[in-house]
Amino acid sequence: MTRDLVLRVLGKLLIPFVLLFALYVQFHGDFGPGGGFQAGVIAAAAVIFYAIIFGLPAARRFAPDWLIESMVALGVLVYGGVGVFGVLLGGNFLDYFVLAHNTVHGQERGIFWVEVGVAITVSGVMLKVFYMFAGRQRDRDEE
Amino acid sequence: MIAENLPALQVVVPLLAAPLMVLVRRRTFAWLLAVAVSWTALAIALALAFKVREAGVISYAMGSWPPPWGIEYRVDALNSFVLVLVSLVASVVMPYARTSVAAELPRDQHYLFFSMLTLCLAGLLGIAITGDAFNLFVFLEISSLSAYVLVGLGRDRRALLAAYQYLVLGTIGATFYIIGVGLLYLMTGTLNIADLALRLRDVHEMRPVLAALAFITAGIGLKLALFPLHFWLPNAYTYAPSAVTAFLAASATKVSVYVLLRYYFLVFGIPLVFGRLPMAEVLIGLSVLAVVSASLVAVYQRDLKRLFAYSSVAQIGYITLGMGLANEPGLTGAVVHLFNHGITKGAIFMLLGGVSLRVGSTSLERIAGLGKTMPLTAFGIVIGGMSLIGIPGTAGFISKWYLILGAIAHGYWWLAALIVASSLIAVAYVWRFVEVAYFRAPAPAAAGLAEAPVSMLIPAWIMVAGCVYFGLDTGYTLDGARLAAQVLLSSVR
Repeated sequence: MTRDLVLRVLGKLLIPFVLLFALYVQFHGDFGPGGGFQAGVIAAAAVIFYAIIFGLPAARRFAPDWLIESMVALGVLVYGGVGVFGVLLGGNFLDYFVLAHNTVHGQERGIFWVEVGVAITVSGVMLKVFYMFAGRQRDRDEE
Repeated sequence: MIAENLPALQVVVPLLAAPLMVLVRRRTFAWLLAVAVSWTALAIALALAFKVREAGVISYAMGSWPPPWGIEYRVDALNSFVLVLVSLVASVVMPYARTSVAAELPRDQHYLFFSMLTLCLAGLLGIAITGDAFNLFVFLEISSLSAYVLVGLGRDRRALLAAYQYLVLGTIGATFYIIGVGLLYLMTGTLNIADLALRLRDVHEMRPVLAALAFITAGIGLKLALFPLHFWLPNAYTYAPSAVTAFLAASATKVSVYVLLRYYFLVFGIPLVFGRLPMAEVLIGLSVLAVVSASLVAVYQRDLKRLFAYSSVAQIGYITLGMGLANEPGLTGAVVHLFNHGITKGAIFMLLGGVSLRVGSTSLERIAGLGKTMPLTAFGIVIGGMSLIGIPGTAGFISKWYLILGAIAHGYWWLAALIVASSLIAVAYVWRFVEVAYFRAPAPAAAGLAEAPVSMLIPAWIMVAGCVYFGLDTGYTLDGARLAAQVLLSSVR
């Protein structure tokens, strides 16, 4: 944990906005630059920023390891689940056309959930990689 | 609903089962799901193979976007054969893996191991089934990345180095492949493999196409361990966990061979590859070098896993030899050898897993008297070895017979003689095992050795039985391979 007061105050001020920006990038992805991948990276960056300023244990309290590992898997399942849902509604795999009453809405709904899945997995993987590097020496000492 | 979506389910079932295992984090659940998934995949592959024989090519539009714009899954006689091989191997290896993995990996990694193995299966099935050149690259990466992890999990520290070596060379291979695909896309504007073949005929500027052919040959050559690009293979197979070696040896290189077959015969076409370019001579030359040199190197190995890994390089040489012959018997031999060598090597490496579990090593010095201490395992390896040699009555004989027919059809009598002669080198390396296992007294330390656990012996012996069965009843394998060869040759007009 850093003792620098400026960094800690600024970090606390900025992190909520970084997370908010991640959500903006996520949901504005249909109309502007952005989408699940970028949003996932930004959200993970907020947590990494937090870990750098307040220390890894604090970040791990906020986003524990089991949660991160589950996120990695969950996002893929959400993505694939959209595909399976298309099959259940009588279309082909990853068929978004059948997801709503008309095809345009179906496409929008399909890509929305796919991007949600992407964001979950990407931020999960980013944090997993960060935790593994940052916690390497620490975890070994604990053993 | 399920029947129309079989091509997608072939890949989707293992692809979604893998993250589910990570989410649940229970090793027994992961194993049960992995077994269930691999058996489902086999059922789907068999159903697809049956459908293809009845009704011809199956085309499936991912997301209902019609090909060639959307991603197409396309099942024909060639890749349905590969799908059956991969899922068959997986459905035998998965039940086997539980005991083997329990002995070789820390407990908390088991669910991750099965997740990775299932992911690798999904990738390999995806490579085989997809009709889209870029989608193929994605699945190539899925299967390769999970394979690197699986190799790195070996309990020997050298496994990490082997995995790293595999990673570097495998990534170069994948990069070369995608550069080749990029060049083809540049020239044709399509990524659909069937469409690519059609449009390539109207391309007159040949230089980028030739560059693409070169990149794809080198890239996929790395993946399938074509001589002299095989240096990653012996280490990877030697140090990987036993179940992984059995699975990868029987499936991963075979799927890459399939990719090369598809590109040579159905995308670039025989007139270009074998008419204008001397690829036949190149392939036959490299294959002969692979068969002879890798077999000779195998003779001098001290470790059984490494010995049979070099033998794999040699056996892949036979497959590419059939590819280079480019006539019906030669290609039939190549395709049927994909299958026959797959089950033979699967059987041998699974039995070696039992050896390494009981003896603690697979080095030749430690296994003296194995015929007495572990009779079933030793005898199984001998049968597998006979199939590698190509003794009549085993699966290996069928493939070599067709390769010889293919060589003779070209008038290459020297090549036919060479195929027979190279089998003698195989006799030499298999004999080394026989001598140590049967004609040497067990070391005093080996007195208390028991036979491998039943849960490993049964799956391994199913494979051994397959080596003999497919040597006697060639109905399924040969017909399938012949149909596949006809598909490959159908582009000649």
